[in-house]
Amino acid sequence: MKIEVNTHEKNMIKWASEHPEAVVLSGDLGSSCEIKGFLNTYPERYFSLGIAEQNMVSWAAGLAREGFRPYLHTFGVFLYRRVLDQLEMSVAYPNLPVTFVGFLPGIMTPGGVTHQATNDIAVLRNIPNMTIFDIGDATEIESVLQVAHDVNGPVFIRMLRKEVPRLFPANEPMVFNRGRVLTEGTDIAIFSSSICTEEAMRATKVLTEKGLSIQHVHISTLKPFTDPTVVETLKKVKYGAVTMENHVTIGGLGSAVADVIAEEGIGTKLIKVGIKDTYTHGASKMYLMKKYGLDAMTLIQAVKNLTGKSFGIREEDLEAVRFEDYTAV
Amino acid sequence: MPEKVYSKEEIQEVATRVRKNILRLTLERGGCYLGQACSSAEIFASLYTGILNLGPSLGSMDAIPFPGVPSPDNMDYPKGSLYHGAFEADKDRFFVSPAHYASVVYCTLAETGRISHQAIEKFNVDGWNMEMIGAEHSPGFENTAGSLGQTISIACGTAHARKLKNETGRVFVLLSDGEIQEGQAWEAFQAASFYKLDNVVVYIDVNGQQLEGYTKDVMDIEPLAARLEAFGAKVMDVDGHDIQAMIDASKVEHEGKPLVVLCRTSAAHGIPLLEKRKPFLHFVRVGDDEMDDFKKFYEQM
Repeated sequence: MKIEVNTHEKNMIKWASEHPEAVVLSGDLGSSCEIKGFLNTYPERYFSLGIAEQNMVSWAAGLAREGFRPYLHTFGVFLYRRVLDQLEMSVAYPNLPVTFVGFLPGIMTPGGVTHQATNDIAVLRNIPNMTIFDIGDATEIESVLQVAHDVNGPVFIRMLRKEVPRLFPANEPMVFNRGRVLTEGTDIAIFSSSICTEEAMRATKVLTEKGLSIQHVHISTLKPFTDPTVVETLKKVKYGAVTMENHVTIGGLGSAVADVIAEEGIGTKLIKVGIKDTYTHGASKMYLMKKYGLDAMTLIQAVKNLTGKSFGIREEDLEAVRFEDYTAV
Repeated sequence: MPEKVYSKEEIQEVATRVRKNILRLTLERGGCYLGQACSSAEIFASLYTGILNLGPSLGSMDAIPFPGVPSPDNMDYPKGSLYHGAFEADKDRFFVSPAHYASVVYCTLAETGRISHQAIEKFNVDGWNMEMIGAEHSPGFENTAGSLGQTISIACGTAHARKLKNETGRVFVLLSDGEIQEGQAWEAFQAASFYKLDNVVVYIDVNGQQLEGYTKDVMDIEPLAARLEAFGAKVMDVDGHDIQAMIDASKVEHEGKPLVVLCRTSAAHGIPLLEKRKPFLHFVRVGDDEMDDFKKFYEQM
């Protein structure tokens, strides 16, 4: 698997070259949000609003009202937690085409709780007119701006930065409100998003070798959540479903799937893997994934609980399928 | 048809009729934001008749049923900004930030021929577009302004966009003094100065009162002129009931910086019966014990 570097930076410049209405607003974190190259290429379309996110969000609403397409760049936490009223009243209520490019989703930073957007999906999913995308790989970074552009309204993107794996073929872009079926199967369903998909792919590979039939679906659209792929997957599996997300297990992907199960009357079991109703702290990504149960072993344990079967899989077995480059920082 | 040119006396008549109309609504409906009408009637009358460069209204003369909230399937609903005319490069725009001044906006639109007097009867009536605290479907509102401190940022973003598009029209904002306690207002002034938005003109109704009392006692904002100047604005400090002073203030030179006009007002201006209630005039109800006095006053207004 190939690791791509600074994909968003290149993509945003390319996007701007084709879309003169696109402007970038920065909350003094441009170089941490892969947007410095944009500043060098399009200085007249890069607006620094300082460390003042509330004003930045409402300011973006004013620009959007005049036909510009603002792309707000800062850490995700500052684009929902700090500015929720501005996001709702200045942008979401009037349904303006403002794109929130939120970096450091979930546990993606050693910066600790103040920098980790661990409940953004839960907070944003109930906001009318809002669309939410959770990026899982480099191909999705390359395609999300087009998908977001086609949405008639505000969009929040949980963006990944720096080294990001390319899990999906470059010529198969993400599709709005459509899960990506990675493996087909009939025993259990796995729905994963963000950085968890790579872990789920490792677990799936080992579990499949043990004879389990898994339908693994990668999810990148968290709102709306009306994808028939999800319904079809849930209906066909024997034991139930596991969700796995870089987010708290209340209000995110797991809750969205639970809604579908209930509303469709599917009557299958669901285990939600994710951060368990807790704030997190600052440490490396792999440490945090293990500590908060976002890793392949946690998923395998969930599958064990769901099926009642023990697969005898140890950490060493997973090491064998660890994708090359994965541990590279 | 050329826009009507108002004399100073006619502008004062507009203000007085706005105040009188809102007193009537207060008496008929069991209460209204009357104090704000008293403090801001001359400001709104001056803006709509003697300061703003707006095209003819494109809004419905009649009130209309609530047209629904904005959504991907409902973006073409009749917008409140229609009452300010078409968006044209050389025309001004007007954002009202304290949305609880809605009755003053509606009544000024009615007095200046932008909406019918009959429409005012739908003010705060269930199911219509003229709510007590409106949103961007309400006549005269460009945006959804009820959450204080946000509209100044939206207006500055709009002004920024208009500069980028080389439009010559200005962006006016009406702020209340209480909401300047919001940190976001200062973020907006900071950025407006930084981006040299000299197409922004902010009128502040400095009535010195807020819900819990005098502003100086709740959370003092003075020295307001000095603070705003320190943030890079050109500041004019005028009597907010002096029409000529407010019109003159809109014409001062402010190249490279936003212009702020502090309009010093009284929330009992024009209705002395309210004087004894100060500083508690955020929402005025008239009880049975005072009803006759207020009705008598209304008749002779």
